[in-house]
Amino acid sequence: MESFWSMLTDPNAQWILLGCMLLGLCSGVIGCFAYLRKQSLMGDTLAHAALPGICIAFMLSGTKSIGLFLVGAGIAGLLATFGIGWITRYSRIKSDAAMGIVLSSFFGLGIVLLTQIQHSNYGNQSGLDKFLFGQAASMIGSDVTIMLIVSLVIVAACTLLFKEFKLLSFDPGFAKGLGFPIALLDQLLMFFIVVSVVIGIQAVGVVLVAALLITPAVSARYWTDRLGVMVLLSGLFGALSGVVGTWLSSTTVSLPTGPVSVLAQTLLFGLSLLLGPRRGLLAKRLTHRKAKLVLQEEQRMRATVSGKGGVDA
Amino acid sequence: MQRTTEALTAPPLAISGLSVAYQKKPVLRNVSFQLPHGELVGVVGPNGAGKSTLIKAALGLIPKLAGEVQVFGAPSASQRKLIGYVPQRESVDWDFPTNALDVVMMGRYGHLGWFRRPGAKEKRLALECLAKVGMADYANRQISQLSGGQQQRVFLARALAQDARLYVMDEPFAGVDAATEKAIIGLLQELKREGKTVMVVHHDLATVKEYFDSVLLLNVEVQAFGKTAEVFTTANLAQTYGGRFAYLNQQDAEMNESGAASGIGRG
Repeated sequence: MESFWSMLTDPNAQWILLGCMLLGLCSGVIGCFAYLRKQSLMGDTLAHAALPGICIAFMLSGTKSIGLFLVGAGIAGLLATFGIGWITRYSRIKSDAAMGIVLSSFFGLGIVLLTQIQHSNYGNQSGLDKFLFGQAASMIGSDVTIMLIVSLVIVAACTLLFKEFKLLSFDPGFAKGLGFPIALLDQLLMFFIVVSVVIGIQAVGVVLVAALLITPAVSARYWTDRLGVMVLLSGLFGALSGVVGTWLSSTTVSLPTGPVSVLAQTLLFGLSLLLGPRRGLLAKRLTHRKAKLVLQEEQRMRATVSGKGGVDA
Repeated sequence: MQRTTEALTAPPLAISGLSVAYQKKPVLRNVSFQLPHGELVGVVGPNGAGKSTLIKAALGLIPKLAGEVQVFGAPSASQRKLIGYVPQRESVDWDFPTNALDVVMMGRYGHLGWFRRPGAKEKRLALECLAKVGMADYANRQISQLSGGQQQRVFLARALAQDARLYVMDEPFAGVDAATEKAIIGLLQELKREGKTVMVVHHDLATVKEYFDSVLLLNVEVQAFGKTAEVFTTANLAQTYGGRFAYLNQQDAEMNESGAASGIGRG
């Protein structure tokens, strides 16, 4: 507990804590809609696609500016989304295969460029490989300010457009029939996913960032049958994991913040899977057992009744 | 004012020269018809005849190659509040975290417009609609815990909540229990009494004569359209269903012999 206080009072750790919390919160919220639209893997694709964007931004500018990296990653992410959309629209390939193709080719390109950078004489390329696995400890005040703005925008948009996003996720055909601009809402949701992925890359890296979108949403689904509650819980789970990750890594020197956050989310998921009311494994086992006992009781009753009947006759 | 009078006299749905293709394969070719006011109209045809496509194109959900769709005398895009839509039940994931009442309230989203959330008024209306389809007791039930028929009734209640004047339903009778079928029929009759027009994609040839005032026989092109008594003939059905002529003919003969309305199987 003492370590928790020391983390809260250390100004450097405060930024990291706030950053990881905000990141968990906004990816948790937007991840719910991605999950319900069966686009969980979209986050993964976008994250992997971001790598060549980051490399090209570095090669063009020659500096390690986070802002430029975000622009590069964002553009690459958008290109990947369009690529997937284009493939699914103009070929018979389904979206999972299209995502696989786009994800791996972008990531492959990213690794090629990264190796290229490391073997040529860019002065300050060290640390670029941090984008592969992330380094939350390198976050500074300006990064966290960007995260704060992004989180506020995403949470505000999801609150304002809750009804629209809900309808889009449940029944897009009906939403279109009502006259809602489905393509626009769809693009907006995708844009939010891209942005939350891009701000998450610095903390957890391109490989793990998808976990921030998927895991809290899936965990939250186990606890509720209401979308509003699910979105809240998912945001909460994400933020909590961010805090746990920062805390554990601040107490132990060799623990990386981002990956520990992801592991904390996995733990939360495990608990939800086990203990969730009605949907959880334990609840399912219990209801099954109860039903079995009731059935056995009924059969025993019937057996005694018919047995008596036989004696009477 | 002018538009209201126009809307009252113009046909609920007028389609002319509608053609739709998926990739290169034409699914609908030069479809033209006008729905009469206040009737229950069945759309019948074999699998792949373009029945669902017709509905989706009429609502503007999918792009059309050519043709024009007018709803009460204006393009359907500007008349959305006059159209109630019941999609196929399989078109959504019923494991979505929401309850029956919430789904029915979605019928009000178009009237609410952007940003506004449904409130007490919408809730009351949604409960009324649920009651009309005999689902009042299930308002707070998570939708995955409803039977197929109950889910279908929730979709119908949602369309009722739209308070439309033209209803378009995509196979509401597919795979439902007897209670639901009865509830749907009761509802269709009530809509008709209220002067509303209902177009229903239908699969069960045996019940067409019983349920619908008019019928549209469709197989890529319109094969026949008119009053059920005049159009729903063996010859027209044979033309619509093509190769299954002999089968249908035989069924029809059997049906006439026994006088029962339950002979013909699903098209």
